[in-house]
Amino acid sequence: MTLKLVLKRIGVAVLTIALAVILTFVLLRLTPGSAIDAWARDYATQNNLTLEEAYRRIAAMINYNPNEPIYQQFFRYVNGLLHGNLGVSMIYQQITVNSIIASALPWTLFVTSVSLLVSFLVGMFLGVRMAWKRNSVLEPATSFYAVITSAVPDFIFAIILLVVFSYSLNWFPINGAYDPLVTPGFHFDFIKSVLYHAVLPISTYVLTSIGGWALMMKGSAVSILGEDYITAAKARGVSESLIMSRYVRKNAILPLITGLAISLGGMLGGSALIENIFQYPGMGYYLGESVRQRDYTTMQGILLFLSITMVLANLIADLIYAKLDPRIKLEE
Amino acid sequence: MRAALDFFRIICRNKRSLLGLIILVMFLFMAAVGPLLFKLDMTVSFEGRYQPPSWEHWLGTDFGGRDTFIQLVYGSQEVLTVAFLTAVITMLVGAVLGLVSGLIGGRLDRSIMLVTNLFLTIPNFPILIILAALFTIQNPFSFALVLSAWSWPGLTRTVRSQIISLKERDFIVICRVMGLSHFHIIFKELLPNITSYLSINFIMIMRGAITASVGIMLLGLAPYSPTNWGQMLNLAISQTGGIFNPLGYIYLASPIVCLALFQLGCIFFANGIDEALNPRLRQ
Repeated sequence: MTLKLVLKRIGVAVLTIALAVILTFVLLRLTPGSAIDAWARDYATQNNLTLEEAYRRIAAMINYNPNEPIYQQFFRYVNGLLHGNLGVSMIYQQITVNSIIASALPWTLFVTSVSLLVSFLVGMFLGVRMAWKRNSVLEPATSFYAVITSAVPDFIFAIILLVVFSYSLNWFPINGAYDPLVTPGFHFDFIKSVLYHAVLPISTYVLTSIGGWALMMKGSAVSILGEDYITAAKARGVSESLIMSRYVRKNAILPLITGLAISLGGMLGGSALIENIFQYPGMGYYLGESVRQRDYTTMQGILLFLSITMVLANLIADLIYAKLDPRIKLEE
Repeated sequence: MRAALDFFRIICRNKRSLLGLIILVMFLFMAAVGPLLFKLDMTVSFEGRYQPPSWEHWLGTDFGGRDTFIQLVYGSQEVLTVAFLTAVITMLVGAVLGLVSGLIGGRLDRSIMLVTNLFLTIPNFPILIILAALFTIQNPFSFALVLSAWSWPGLTRTVRSQIISLKERDFIVICRVMGLSHFHIIFKELLPNITSYLSINFIMIMRGAITASVGIMLLGLAPYSPTNWGQMLNLAISQTGGIFNPLGYIYLASPIVCLALFQLGCIFFANGIDEALNPRLRQ
């Protein structure tokens, strides 16, 4: 029974990815044809080729030839994707989109995963404490903080942090992921430089999402505090800290697992702005750059990559959720 | 008339939603009347740049010697227009699809939900900036079209679940048995029941649209108007010196403060609407 439902979930995920592929294909078709025509003309004159030969070579480079019938275009596109080939950048024609993603992905993953982990953990502790001590000052303070941070978009927060801590106080660097004078490698100087440069981007994500996590966790914990087994544990004289950690926190986390995937999606999407503000060389930064320069193949590659990441994150969250909580059965 | 008075009485009773209402009315006033009272002069004057706040220039002048406050006022009109149009388009598409999906059900419902879920899984901000690059944004309407392209799915899903929970309730079933027309059931029975829900969503969509539009402008992808708050932010960061030059801080801070205030107003007001429009929540 479970296997069948797991397979069904995977099937839906595959279908969603297929639809995302069609969508990016359609988006690329909206590329002004003139962009490729201009490129083909330049390419032909530069390399002494006929215009047709130039079109043919460009088609091989970006999996797209506007002069082919539509089904052939689609076939060419999917064939390229199945070979893991996203084509070359339309602006820097020596660089493949794959290599752009490969160089940008580690930075984005580093910043988003650290931020997600920190804000989730801190929010979790705050939330449970708020639910446990209902009349403390913690509750109104956190609610107020959560309202403020949900009213100020994260990229505005990024600008404020940048202006205050980098430009005015000079505490943190204004751009980049590490000091260009330090050679990358696995040694102390480089790691220190990387962490130092990541402080502001990570703080932006953490500060803007902590309040939301705390409120969600509080809601979840409050409903658990009403359960009989908590009352029973209290009656048995189980210590307060043990109830909080073993009984409440563990159970209250469960409904938040799916929130993690959604939050990751928000971070990856929002990185387009935040990484641009800090000039941090991750996926979002390159997406912003490619959009600004009208580099259609890079845009399309990054978008497809982000979408597939999201589908997979949702799938994993779904499956883990069902696995962690035996009371929940995967539903239709 | 009576209903409107009731509405305001309930909003006023709740301090938070009253505060929200005041903030929103203030912005509406600023957007509607402001441009009639002040005259926008965008000519650059080198001597007049970076002036501190004074009686003549309430919030000082920017890097080009132009009055910051008046730019803010004109910007509020543009920002609100874009947000309003986005919310209207999203409402039309999202609510209709949700209604159809929930009411008719079956295969149509499944296919609408499949598409909706696809839209929901694709991260929306990246797609918005790509759309902004593909369709050159030149006026508030095209901006609103781009923004609503990805804002309807959430609404569709929530409206659908509301309709599904309503349609099996007794009063709807009775209407069916009585042979009342679909038109009557939809417009006289179902819609009044989800009005409060839709109005909260309307405000929240406006709120999201403002954030997204400012984000797109911040990246410099819709540079059609220099006074839009997002464009002001973009100019403050990229051009001169809102961030390098402490004299430019007011120019940088003013759109930020307006944005945050407007968002707060939306959140607070939306809190109160549900209570005001949903009699079942009242004592």
